[in-house]
Amino acid sequence: MINRTPLLFLNVIIIATCGLIYELLAATVSSYVLGDSITQFSLVIGIYLSAMGVGSWLSGFLDKDLAKRFVEIEIAVAIFGGFSAPLLFLTFASVSYFSIILYAVVFVIGALVGLEIPLLIRILKDELDFKKLIARVLALDYVGALLASLMFPIFLVPKLGLTRTSLVFGLLNAGVGLWGTWLLEDLIKKRDVNILRIKGAVVVVLLLIGFIKADALTSLAEDSLFVDNIIYTKTSPYQRIVVTKGKTGYALFLNGNLQFNSFDEYRYHEALVHPAMLAAGGSPKRILVLGGGDGLAVREILKYPSVETVTLVDLDPEMTALAQKFPPLAQLTNNSLADPRVSVTNADAFVWLDSSDAQPFDAAIVDFPDPNNFALGKLYTTRFYNLLKQKLAPGAAVVIQCTSPLIARNSYWSIIKTLEASGFNVKPYQTTVPSFGIWGYALAKLEPFEIPKQVPKNIDLKFLNDETIASMFEFSSDTTFPTDHEIEINRLDNQALVRYYEAEWRRFE
Amino acid sequence: MTFTRRDILKSFLGLPLALAACRSNVSEISFDGEIVGANANLGHILREQRVFEVPENNWENIGVAIIGGGAAGLTAAWKFRKQGFDDFLLLELENRIGGTSASGSSNGFSYPWGAHYLPIPFKENAELISLLREMDLTEGFDESGEIVIKEQFRIREPEERIFYKGRWYDGLYLHTGETPEDVRQLAEFQKQLDLWVDWRDAKGRRAFVLPVANCSDDPAVTALDKISFGDWLREKGLTSERLLWYCDYACRDDYGLKLETTSAWAGLFYFCSRVPKSGVESQSFMTFPEGNGKFINYLAGTASDKIRKGQIAVEIIPTETGVDVICFNSETKEIRGIHARKAIFAAPVFTANYLIRDFKQNPPAHIREFEHNAWFVANLFLKDRPKSQFSRDFPLAWDNVLYESPSLGYVVSTHQTGIDYGGSVFTYYYPMTEKDGRAKLLSLDWKELSDICLTDLSRAHPNIRELTTRIDIMRWGHAMISPRTNFLWSGVREKAREPFRNIHFAHSDLSGIALFEEAFFHGLRAANEIFQRL
Ligand SMILES: Cc1cc2nc3c(=O)[nH]c(=O)nc-3n(C[C@H](O)[C@H](O)[C@H](O)COP(=O)(O)OP(=O)(O)OC[C@H]3O[C@@H](n4cnc5c(N)ncnc54)[C@H](O)[C@@H]3O)c2cc1C
Repeated sequence: MINRTPLLFLNVIIIATCGLIYELLAATVSSYVLGDSITQFSLVIGIYLSAMGVGSWLSGFLDKDLAKRFVEIEIAVAIFGGFSAPLLFLTFASVSYFSIILYAVVFVIGALVGLEIPLLIRILKDELDFKKLIARVLALDYVGALLASLMFPIFLVPKLGLTRTSLVFGLLNAGVGLWGTWLLEDLIKKRDVNILRIKGAVVVVLLLIGFIKADALTSLAEDSLFVDNIIYTKTSPYQRIVVTKGKTGYALFLNGNLQFNSFDEYRYHEALVHPAMLAAGGSPKRILVLGGGDGLAVREILKYPSVETVTLVDLDPEMTALAQKFPPLAQLTNNSLADPRVSVTNADAFVWLDSSDAQPFDAAIVDFPDPNNFALGKLYTTRFYNLLKQKLAPGAAVVIQCTSPLIARNSYWSIIKTLEASGFNVKPYQTTVPSFGIWGYALAKLEPFEIPKQVPKNIDLKFLNDETIASMFEFSSDTTFPTDHEIEINRLDNQALVRYYEAEWRRFE
Repeated sequence: MTFTRRDILKSFLGLPLALAACRSNVSEISFDGEIVGANANLGHILREQRVFEVPENNWENIGVAIIGGGAAGLTAAWKFRKQGFDDFLLLELENRIGGTSASGSSNGFSYPWGAHYLPIPFKENAELISLLREMDLTEGFDESGEIVIKEQFRIREPEERIFYKGRWYDGLYLHTGETPEDVRQLAEFQKQLDLWVDWRDAKGRRAFVLPVANCSDDPAVTALDKISFGDWLREKGLTSERLLWYCDYACRDDYGLKLETTSAWAGLFYFCSRVPKSGVESQSFMTFPEGNGKFINYLAGTASDKIRKGQIAVEIIPTETGVDVICFNSETKEIRGIHARKAIFAAPVFTANYLIRDFKQNPPAHIREFEHNAWFVANLFLKDRPKSQFSRDFPLAWDNVLYESPSLGYVVSTHQTGIDYGGSVFTYYYPMTEKDGRAKLLSLDWKELSDICLTDLSRAHPNIRELTTRIDIMRWGHAMISPRTNFLWSGVREKAREPFRNIHFAHSDLSGIALFEEAFFHGLRAANEIFQRL
């Protein structure tokens, strides 16, 4: 039989390196996501070392099948250690008790790592005299630690990143385990050997898949947010587009935020489009749609025979292409974007309004995602509405989707105030869309005007009728303009709306 | 002496980053770029004391010769035009006007090479307001008579963010992780500032206001010029690391100096001069993709037929009846002479000793007190913007500052346009705060400076090298006047601004503080002096 002692010593170095890497990983991830690196590093190190102590102590309870146990522990370390960084990133994205999970993971890895060396010493004790054995194992253990601490900042983090580093070292641990089934074959029962090898191989494959799909792991965090089956995803330079299909129908999400659900979107879009068409005199010809790349608002607009042109300006070519080419959506929109009256421009509406020489419009439908970042926030500013004003024909009406006046009351009324500050006469209104809840809009004109009273007779509507139109302009007491504090006007140089929105919606995350 | 890459990075960015960068071996630069602006040789033409003979028939006569096409010289030209006075010429050494407020544009982007913002002036600064109104940047006045700048020119939120230990945070002062003591000291600092904001002398003048000429000369205030800003902070018991960082950043950003070399007067000027009254926010900024190039281009547009670029004034000779200016065309090498009745010297003050004949022979001591520091500015052309590393990172702002870096970070030229996706130009600023900064800067070439900039930014944006398609770099050998201790209120400024025979002086240097408002003030003042005497 070959002398396996030097090979086992090599294992000592590898597992020592892996052990320290997991510790560094956990500390780094936690100081990245929680901040305050001093606290995070010292807590992680403390918990990890004490867990190692617990592991060492537990090793005293293992009497039989030491070699088998050793391989099993390697495989366990490979799983917990190898997936530690992706797991921590994922949980951070989705749970609020992140620190509990973090310290639990650190503890489990520490305890498993604490079992490794005592077991290995006991396995080796018959092959070397005790004095030399202890000296070598401990020396190599510390060498491994040095290796890890050097490689981690210099090579691993910059080159591999945290997720891949974690997976690579998991692979190393799994490798040590698998290799152990050969090195220590004579010490393991025949029937156990194969089971161990299969377990080891499965873990290796899992880790390898993780390594290859490391980038997709991030989106996994997001996918867990969706209840229904995902039937389409695309990451454009601007946003992540996801379409799901569930019992109730199709739903579109942009950056994880629901844009519509096919079972009740008609409520949202009828309420969005028709009041503005009526306020514009009932037979508007030239219509501007800003945002609304899903084509659903355009479907409603095209119901009016008076409409001659629809100009749709949406940032994302992927979105407008989806509305035309993705059959479920094309069907839902009645192929509205392919209608010859419709022209699609892919541009940032803010930049487009400032630079376009388009003729004035009779109605403008403004349907942007909620103002959850500064790039969207600018589309709800006095500057934006002033630019929009210049594109309106006399008597033109504008409608703006304004997020929920119930959930984001300050945000909603800030948009209304901003419109008023830009010189518009505004009629706020709201309706209920089951998938969204209570939803708010603003109907606005430069001239004073009356709330539209009657829905158009010759147009096919599923939701609106004369009674609902009237009721939409009433607000319940929990959605009216707040009187106990100031509401700020949203301007480019304060972006007050993004801050309101962030504060109000965060309560529901 | 030659330096290794590691030596250079260490001296510019500190040892840890230099070590990390050198190990990663990513020094190869796979994109284009160049050092822009005048080469240092032009300055040497002046220093080597060559004799320039003007050919007999190469003389012309003019009323006023303006030397220098920076903000100050151009303001004088604008004022002349406004008053219907046409008998003048402006000579600018560079092929582009603007001096340290110059800007560039290419591929649909405009970006600054130096100055990039202007705080909204108080109503008292009527002349500057009249310029802003003339430029159609304003939309009336508020209830208290202060000017209102159009929304698209007021700096758009988010204004600034700071990178600290791997994460971006909102604002410039680092709040994250502050202790109660830090909070107390920040409040105390604010209290001290408020005292100075509300302070008035016997004549009712403020301690700190723009332009500097309107500041109180009461000894209670000017005494602050004798100690460094660092000493002043310590005197007030302010030792919080993040507060000191914040003040040091302010000194580097506005003056190119460190906390310990900036005069306390200048330090407090930075914090107090734009605050209307205590408890009120500092005046907000206006900014443009091309930075203060906006003002330069406007001013120059009003007098474009009078501007001659690529013309170095090489000698200025006061005569009985006026002043002779000899200029050298850096391209054609042609030498021309101008008999002017008056001249406005709008070049940096220290150059007077190389240009004005009497000063060459007999250098006035006060001129040597006008010391400049050096800077380098890099414009990075990016094919896309760096993505946030963490979803909770504060997003890209106008001004993006790295806490752990001696640079000032970068300003995003597309911020104000509302174009929030895709390519952009980032303008990176690095002040050389040490004494030998200029020599050090001039010893480095384009590649070395690009490496410094990219290595520095890679701490926040690991893939910045892949995103960059081009870097152009400006080495400002004489970027800004240094308001170090015992300079501003030592009397030298008053001496330097006295006309010398038929030469009137106009440069922001004369305020001791490099700001557009100061250049504007001196340009107007010199133009008015000339109106009175012509
Ligand atoms: C990196 C940097 C950032 C800055 N940022 C800001 C900012 O954000 N806001 C702000 O207000 N200020 C800023 N400043 C300060 C800026 O210097 C002033 O705002 C202002 O531009 C100074 O104008 P000036 O006319 O006084 O001087 P200069 O800009 O120095 O103009 C002098 C001109 O004279 C020319 N000249 C010199 N010698 C000769 C000669 N012999 N013959 C002919 N021409 C000659 C030069 O080429 C130059 O064009 C910044 C400066 C720098 C360097």
